[in-house]
Amino acid sequence: MKFLLRSFCLGCGLLLAVNAGAAEVRIAVASNFIAAMEALAEHFTAQSGHSTKLIFGSTGKHYAQIKHGAPFDVFFAADTKRPKLLDDEGIAVPGSRFTYATGKLVLWSPDASLIDPEGQVLHSEAFRHLAMANPKLAPYGRAAQEVMERAGVWPGLRSRAVRGENIGQTFQFVRSGNAQLGFVAYSQLKALPDAGGSQWLPDQNSYTPIRQQAVLLKDTPAAQQFMQFVQSPAGTEIISRYGYESVADDGQ
Amino acid sequence: MLTQQDLDALLITLQLAGVTTLILLLVGTPFAWWLARSRWRYKFLIEAVVALPLVLPPTVLGFYLLLALAPDGPVGSLVKSMGGDPLPFSFTGLVIGSVFYSLPFVVQPLQNAFRAIGRRPLEVAATLRAAPLDRFFSVAVPLARPGFLTAAVLGFAHTLGEFGVVLMIGGNIPGETQVVSIAIYDHVEALEYGQAHWLSGGLLALSFVMLMAVYALNRRFMVVRL
Repeated sequence: MKFLLRSFCLGCGLLLAVNAGAAEVRIAVASNFIAAMEALAEHFTAQSGHSTKLIFGSTGKHYAQIKHGAPFDVFFAADTKRPKLLDDEGIAVPGSRFTYATGKLVLWSPDASLIDPEGQVLHSEAFRHLAMANPKLAPYGRAAQEVMERAGVWPGLRSRAVRGENIGQTFQFVRSGNAQLGFVAYSQLKALPDAGGSQWLPDQNSYTPIRQQAVLLKDTPAAQQFMQFVQSPAGTEIISRYGYESVADDGQ
Repeated sequence: MLTQQDLDALLITLQLAGVTTLILLLVGTPFAWWLARSRWRYKFLIEAVVALPLVLPPTVLGFYLLLALAPDGPVGSLVKSMGGDPLPFSFTGLVIGSVFYSLPFVVQPLQNAFRAIGRRPLEVAATLRAAPLDRFFSVAVPLARPGFLTAAVLGFAHTLGEFGVVLMIGGNIPGETQVVSIAIYDHVEALEYGQAHWLSGGLLALSFVMLMAVYALNRRFMVVRL
């Protein structure tokens, strides 16, 4: 028993010694960015030798946890509101806030014949339920509501709209066939090559840009390096590949 | 203060808990009776299935329900072929989910109460020429009254606090499937802590008063043997 314990401690010591130069970056990230973040983290680890730990969840919950001292190094939110709040409250590292991705909204149905290229289906009675993210909580939901308001169909569709708590659940409502169509994130369709069906991409000027911002919470070298990597050509290329527009800092 | 939408959520929650409890008492009573009296060799399998909702996260139940009730799912396609409305995102769908979710909380207390009676009182009733149904209603039910009370209270209370199942199959439609727990969750997510407080505090007070009334009544009941 003693021998086992001793060799265990020795093993741990060796591991620590090997990892002396490498730190761990704890990344709180909005659920809609899971796939892209995993790719980013993988590349970052390969490039820098630092390991990462990803904590997925809703931006509202992450914000509340960060305010109560959650041990995250960086925070990748689904919107601009919460990073801005952390900035104003002096919790985030000053000057570290930037837009890392801009999301695209898409109306999608697994049924290949349901959605026309002009999005006229919104005026029809061809579906029973339309899924959208909760407009009160999710930028994608608010954008969906704006698109429908602009098309003049929102009052009529209100009672047929089912609300997912977030864009992930909204996608599941449509994918499982319980809602015939829904406003989801273009990145979700990109992440699912076999999604198929029919889709309509509303003009990006018809809704408030879905900007996603990140802030640095702890000023460690490894966390700084990660933020630099996300904004580097290699990082922005990955973000674009996953169906977002990567934009340079717009100072919003 | 509570908005109209919050009040709607409260009303839907109470309706859901009430309807679910009624259905479970009606279905659960004969079921629990059978479980308590049967000597079938494989009864333990059924008992394990009944107890599953105690162990499983509600999200598991909600996830499978959503798949089963989908238009091309096993239950959903049946409903569709019979010309019924789709069940997910409807009050009926929530009732179905809640019945599964609260099943052990109603069946188990009843089963224990029926088992505690034993065979003797029923045998005595039989010798006095009471028919099976008569034996059940005049002997078993009055003796199992505390079990019924516990089952009803637990079933109602458990449904009142439901979150995971509703989150998965409700679709959060205000005035239709938005229950209190979901409304509170939304308020917290939207940083509306004031409204979250009102709603949470209201539910807390309501639950406490309800349970207090039940237990006070129970004391009275046990004293006055009706």
